[in-house]
Amino acid sequence: MYEGFFSGRVITNLFADNAALGIAAVVMTLVILSGGIDLSVGSMLGFTTILIAVLVQQKGMHPLSAIAIALGIGTVFGAFMGFLIHRYDLPPFLVTLGGMFLARGMAFVISKESLGIENAFYNHMADFGIPLGGKAALSATALIYLLLFALGIVVTHFTPFGRNIYALGGSEPSARLMGVPIGSTKIAVYALSGFGAALAGAVSTFYTTSGNPTTGGGFELDVIASVVIGGTLLTGGVGTQLGTLAGVLIFGTIHSALDFDGRLNSYWLRIAIGGLLLIFILFQRFLTRTSALTR
Amino acid sequence: MSIPVLRAQNISKAFQGVKALDGVELTLRTGEIHALMGENGAGKSTLIKVLTGVYTPDSGGIEFDGVAIAPGSTREAEAAGISTVYQEVNLIPTLSIADNILLGRQPRRFGCLRKGEMKRRAEAALARLGLKLDVGQPLNSCSMAVQQMVAIARALDIQAKVLILDEPTSSLDEREVEFLFGIMRKLRKDGMAILFVTHFLDQVYAVSDRITVLRNGKFVGDYQAAELPRLKLIGAMLGRNFEEMEHLREETAHAAPSRKVFLETHKLGRRGIINPIDLNIAAGEVVGLAGLLGSGRTETAKMLFGIDLPDQGEIQIEGEKVSIKSARQAVQHGLAFCSEDRKSEGLIPHLSVRENLILAMQASRGPLRLLPRKEQDALAAHYIRALNIKTPNAEAQISNLSGGNQQKVMLARWLAMQPKLIILDEPTRGIDVGAKAEIEKLVHSLKSQGMAVLFISSDMEEIVRTCQRVVVLRDRKKVGELSGEDIQVNRIMNVIAHHDE
Amino acid sequence: MNDPLAKIKPWFQGVSLFWPVLGLGLLLIFNAVFSPSFFHLEIRDGHLYGTLVDILNQGSKVMLLAIGMTLVIATGGVDLSVGSLMAIAGAVAAMLVMKISFAMAVAISLGLATVAGTCNGLLIGYAGIQPIIATLILMVAGRGLAMLLTGGQIITFEHPSFVFLGNGHFLGLPFTVTIVAIVLCFTLVATRKTAIGLFLESVGDNEKAARYCGINAALVKVMVYAYSGLCAGIAGLIATSNIKAADSSRVGEFMELDAIFAVVVGGTPLTGGRFSLVGSVIGALLIQTLTITMYNLGVAPAVSPVPKAIVIVAVCLMQSARFRAQILGWFGKRRIAA
Repeated sequence: MYEGFFSGRVITNLFADNAALGIAAVVMTLVILSGGIDLSVGSMLGFTTILIAVLVQQKGMHPLSAIAIALGIGTVFGAFMGFLIHRYDLPPFLVTLGGMFLARGMAFVISKESLGIENAFYNHMADFGIPLGGKAALSATALIYLLLFALGIVVTHFTPFGRNIYALGGSEPSARLMGVPIGSTKIAVYALSGFGAALAGAVSTFYTTSGNPTTGGGFELDVIASVVIGGTLLTGGVGTQLGTLAGVLIFGTIHSALDFDGRLNSYWLRIAIGGLLLIFILFQRFLTRTSALTR
Repeated sequence: MSIPVLRAQNISKAFQGVKALDGVELTLRTGEIHALMGENGAGKSTLIKVLTGVYTPDSGGIEFDGVAIAPGSTREAEAAGISTVYQEVNLIPTLSIADNILLGRQPRRFGCLRKGEMKRRAEAALARLGLKLDVGQPLNSCSMAVQQMVAIARALDIQAKVLILDEPTSSLDEREVEFLFGIMRKLRKDGMAILFVTHFLDQVYAVSDRITVLRNGKFVGDYQAAELPRLKLIGAMLGRNFEEMEHLREETAHAAPSRKVFLETHKLGRRGIINPIDLNIAAGEVVGLAGLLGSGRTETAKMLFGIDLPDQGEIQIEGEKVSIKSARQAVQHGLAFCSEDRKSEGLIPHLSVRENLILAMQASRGPLRLLPRKEQDALAAHYIRALNIKTPNAEAQISNLSGGNQQKVMLARWLAMQPKLIILDEPTRGIDVGAKAEIEKLVHSLKSQGMAVLFISSDMEEIVRTCQRVVVLRDRKKVGELSGEDIQVNRIMNVIAHHDE
Repeated sequence: MNDPLAKIKPWFQGVSLFWPVLGLGLLLIFNAVFSPSFFHLEIRDGHLYGTLVDILNQGSKVMLLAIGMTLVIATGGVDLSVGSLMAIAGAVAAMLVMKISFAMAVAISLGLATVAGTCNGLLIGYAGIQPIIATLILMVAGRGLAMLLTGGQIITFEHPSFVFLGNGHFLGLPFTVTIVAIVLCFTLVATRKTAIGLFLESVGDNEKAARYCGINAALVKVMVYAYSGLCAGIAGLIATSNIKAADSSRVGEFMELDAIFAVVVGGTPLTGGRFSLVGSVIGALLIQTLTITMYNLGVAPAVSPVPKAIVIVAVCLMQSARFRAQILGWFGKRRIAA
């Protein structure tokens, strides 16, 4: 009954369906690698969807300009949180918790109701697809995700900025003495996180062709769970983008597997993700313990 | 004749009104190893932080190659040509060796790292020190000595003219120290000026050309190493003589130890941590554990106290075999352990002196039987007086006390338990000379009261002054035992040096 | 020693109640000025009614969570799972209350919440997993379990005792106030009249040192997470009783954040160590007052997160030494300029 589960189409769909999650996970990986956390991504995603919908539907703006504005706001918002965290030495957990409340509230200030987007550009985006042979085609959302993922790999693993992030998460006092620009790195990481959350929001408008101030509740947890399942340590300094990709795909696969017969049991999804988190975390713990002993 | 490359003049720096540096001078010449000496609180680390741009001096100036500089960050200091390797290795344990050597100055092309070039440069930097390592492995898979070398390689990768080594030898064994000295001599020949900070006198005389001594934030003098006898150096550092301590030494020699063995171990050991060891400590006896850092002293203490569990051998207390699997059980058997690492293993920083003082006693009473507040206050008052703890009152937050007074509170915490055996691991480290003498005196009186004391110290002379018997460790093995008249610094050194013969 | 401040000084040592009390006071004054009916109280059927009573009643859940959370945060941890535990306790009680005795249903549901909290504690204390991660697991999975129990449905019930729990009155006040008072007093006595409070603070401040003193740090942690689970269970029963139904997908949603918020506003630092239960309860009241104030002002409930966000950032800034130094610097400069 699960035949065709692994056909090419299912795989491209996996990327398309989880594009928002994946995009947010790419930037969340950077945040967690730097030793921080960002709880505001879910609210930021909801804020962005409704902002874009209102700008396009009610202000008559071109979707691309609307998205550009949303990305700008997301980046500035993230940078401001990063500034507070760095300048005043505040715990990221609390500052981004504040950001989470703020973005959610602002979303409702813009509009209390969800709003459908009817726009030629959106129709083009929905039809867009790079054929990959067979029935499989790469949709616009999947393409954006893959591009951002590639960019994420380069930034994380092949630039001095990426090294600085690892250094910051590995040991902040050492990084400071070694001349790593702590402030600009931290602010940039949270700015990127805000940008990523806004981009995830834009992508999810492509997917749902609507904006809704309530979307993204609990989204930050899915993102953090995917990153942790992908092997990134929440203490910072250890992890890879490839691992996060695996985490996102595992998350997405479980989601699809539970959804395959048409009825999604969201509680089974939660239980499965919780169980998986437990196994991965105990496994990581076991690995770090044994390596500490053999040293 | 070598020329001055760095000259700091009349440097002063105060923190909240307390002068950490007061008119300090320092001159470094090319091609010399210059030792910076002083007891804790002398201002060595503050001076280094001023030189490396971490602190801005309140007054005074720094000249580098004849030009006035005022580094505002470590980066600016490095750019000027001053590189530093700090006391605790300040690298990123989770990053690779190559990343650690090159962090912040990686070769790049189009904004991306050139990984091949990084590998080459990191290997070249290590080759300068005569090391060949896989630079791709994460730093935390290397030994402390290798991490130290990586830190030096990092400091050398920039075109530094001045290299500051802040207590580089404190976690190295003898062979590694020799190796480090080889590197330092090689760099000296290449014209590098090296500022070498250490506590070990032998090491100072082994490599240094000149010595600058600080005391209480003040400049004492700048000497040629060859022309400064040891005693004069110690005198300059301490600013006082040893009569008081010599007096103790005599009493110790005459005391006849009663042999009522309290604790005994048979072949107690743990693979990879400490080889099987036989120890016995009697009531009213101070037994010293001597050996270099890393010889297994702290490891032995932690095994006795149930922190690191042994995988072989046994412990007997008053003739009965016991099993100690946690600090709690150790306390129940009448043991106490005053850790060498006061900050991370002793203090509860945000609690008051009183709460810190009664904590062990309360822990042994269990959570439900709260020690009545009156008794808590009485205990705190008693020990503040008895140990001469300088604190505004018993409710002061302990982190506001000086190191020596914090250490006394830690001692009081365990003395309040009236243990039968107290293990003192480096009880005088990082505290001023006055407090040091007081603690030595205290150990002496504990012994007279019939307590068994296991005394660990890197200061051989302190061991000689305090102990009736000395167990000598080397390379995680017991290599000898001295008692009575045999307890002399050179004999201990001999046992450490020649245990194979 | 004739310091006139000597008597009140202890208040300002360690955890200061000054800021939370000031914040709450300002909010109340604001309300007194802008909505005179705020302080209006009246007695109907022998029960007290009014906005102040509503604050106490509706704030009871966050107060309960904050009491448990304070102890957790004192040990340097955090418990994200309390919202999900509320859902589990509510679901179990709603399912059992019609089948077995009320006392049994309450005992079983609270027992389950305590056991779940204990599991958190075991993961943190004995397996050495970071608190955020360990409790994240139960936060994600716990709500799923609660929904699994109820089959994803909302379970309604008609049981006078259970309904009384969240809606009844006692001594003229809502019964929830009595519950909070009992839990708070019990917790205060249990932490301050024994050495438990000292042990919590020691473990939170320097765990290694506490262990070397002979304190069983792992057990201490298991206990606080278990207790936090119990508090969450009680809050879950009240929330379920309030609406006379178990709604597993919504009960306690985001309440863990409110509870953490209340603790931090109350002056207990997230890094652990010194804690203040009274401060946390005041913090919880502050949140509730804020919510009701906005409601009175006609601000849509959906927008209410905005001022919450502002308060949280303001509190963070106030606790930041650097921020205070900067503000003092500004004032200093101004004085020189003038």
